[in-house]
Amino acid sequence: MKHPLAKQSVFRRNRELFFLSVPALVFKLIFQYLPLVGLILAFKNFRYNLGIFGSPWNGLDNFKFFFVSDNAWRITRNTILYNAGFIIITLVFALLFAILLSELSSRAIKLYQTALFLPYFLSWVVVGYVVLAFLEQERGFLDQIWLLFGWDPISWYQEAERWPYILNGVNLWKTVGFSTLVYYAGILGINPSYYEAARIDGAGRWQMMRSITLPLLTPLIIVLLIMAIGGMFRSDFGLFYFVPNNSSFLYSTTDVIDTYVFRALRTVGDVGMSAAVGLYQSVVGFLLVVLSNWIIRRINEENALW
Amino acid sequence: MRPSLRIVTHLIFVLVTVAMVLPLLLVVMASFSSEDSIIRKGYRLWPEIFSLEGYKIVFQYPGMLLNAYSITVMVTVMGTIISLLLTAMIAYVMARRDYAYRKATSFFVIFTMLFNGGLVPFYILVVKYLHLKDTLWVLILPYLVNPFYVLIMKGFFDRVPIEVVESAKIDGASEYRSFFTIVLPLATPALATVGLFISFVYWNDWWLGLLFIDNNKLVSIQLMLYRTMNSIEFFAANARYMSGQIDVTKFPSLTARMALAVLGAGPMMFIFPFFQRYFVKGLTVGSIKE
Repeated sequence: MKHPLAKQSVFRRNRELFFLSVPALVFKLIFQYLPLVGLILAFKNFRYNLGIFGSPWNGLDNFKFFFVSDNAWRITRNTILYNAGFIIITLVFALLFAILLSELSSRAIKLYQTALFLPYFLSWVVVGYVVLAFLEQERGFLDQIWLLFGWDPISWYQEAERWPYILNGVNLWKTVGFSTLVYYAGILGINPSYYEAARIDGAGRWQMMRSITLPLLTPLIIVLLIMAIGGMFRSDFGLFYFVPNNSSFLYSTTDVIDTYVFRALRTVGDVGMSAAVGLYQSVVGFLLVVLSNWIIRRINEENALW
Repeated sequence: MRPSLRIVTHLIFVLVTVAMVLPLLLVVMASFSSEDSIIRKGYRLWPEIFSLEGYKIVFQYPGMLLNAYSITVMVTVMGTIISLLLTAMIAYVMARRDYAYRKATSFFVIFTMLFNGGLVPFYILVVKYLHLKDTLWVLILPYLVNPFYVLIMKGFFDRVPIEVVESAKIDGASEYRSFFTIVLPLATPALATVGLFISFVYWNDWWLGLLFIDNNKLVSIQLMLYRTMNSIEFFAANARYMSGQIDVTKFPSLTARMALAVLGAGPMMFIFPFFQRYFVKGLTVGSIKE
């Protein structure tokens, strides 16, 4: 059979399935692949009327402008440290809750699950309101307690050094239910015959957790860890924008790459520089995914994503 | 488990439950306080004086709230239907082991999870080239195909027995026909689960509104809440704009703000416990690596 003909018949055999995927492919092409072309904005002095291709090149000026300022170090440090905190704290609590939940057998599980999951369904804007009710100066719940003890009220939205704790706490509150459920589902998916066999051999609960539950959960934990490490250069915009209420007093400890790019684009209007920061974020983020996958591959090939 | 250990475990979860619910209760109670008692005594779990003045003011000028609700509902319904359809179609193709372009399609879908253009090119594309700023579509289109949901959906389709499709083929059915009349009905639970995920994304979204909406008529619930948080005057100004005079100085801004938050987030809080088991199901499938 001739080569072109073979190619055509492959397409012919698959064309109906291909057409089923076309709408989604077109969507992705426009909204997720076309923007990749726009990354050249990082090397341009963007002028709205000239467009992406018409605007003049300006080499690495956008990057220089950013990396020379203190902002580069500050937002990189904040982004990485917050993510590291979130990953570790959420993992510990979610795993603990999931294992404890799986040890219970009463109907109360359902109630606990619902309560844990509840904040997950609030938008960050609403969470911003919740935090406001706690932290608003003098009127907030916390300052009310402070006053009760006769302490001076705190201007929470102006004191930067407290925010690492606040944001870690708020993030845990909102996301721990989701992670708990993921691990809980993983535990439920473990074949019960392992536990039965262990029980017959006289294993206790502690032993079963250490030698069955945890080892069998490890692949899931590792996959989630790789994804989280790959995402360490990104952050949940809403958490860092709404919860500190975009208060400029707090930027030293609450500003992350995503909020910085947003402000550079929407408030300052510096398209070139914000594109440069965005490119920096995308490239480092991509390297992090590749790197963490490579490390996992070295340890245990089966757990790697590719 | 030993009884004492069980009690301790329950005790831990009771504390956790309180920690999860108490902050929400604080907001609800603030919305039912009188303005005066918040000003004097702050936000409390049990207000000094209960009052409906916050809600009264919100309902006195219902135009903006109703408009925001209708935008949110419209976006959620349209977005969920279209997104679910596109997601299911491409996920099905990726799950078909006999499909020649399966690997390429998967790569095409997953790659943008690992590397993407970020905010700025996306923003310029939507505003300057697609001219979608201040349209209803800009609130719907960008979220249509989420790789994460495609993968969850594919996980479901992996378990649909290929034999049913093959036998339909022998009977002369096209792929389209067997997909829509045989495969989709089999996947109803999957559609429900992923559909729920998607509808939550649309319902809770403020991001697209924050980026692209200036027109007050297109403000969704979440965007309205965001703008109100910064200045309750936004609400007052809009109320005046939509329904005549209002005295801003007498506006019970603190309680009205919390009442708006409750009205905005409330429906989700009541609906979601009923759908929780679908989430558990979806996560179970999504978390199993092939």
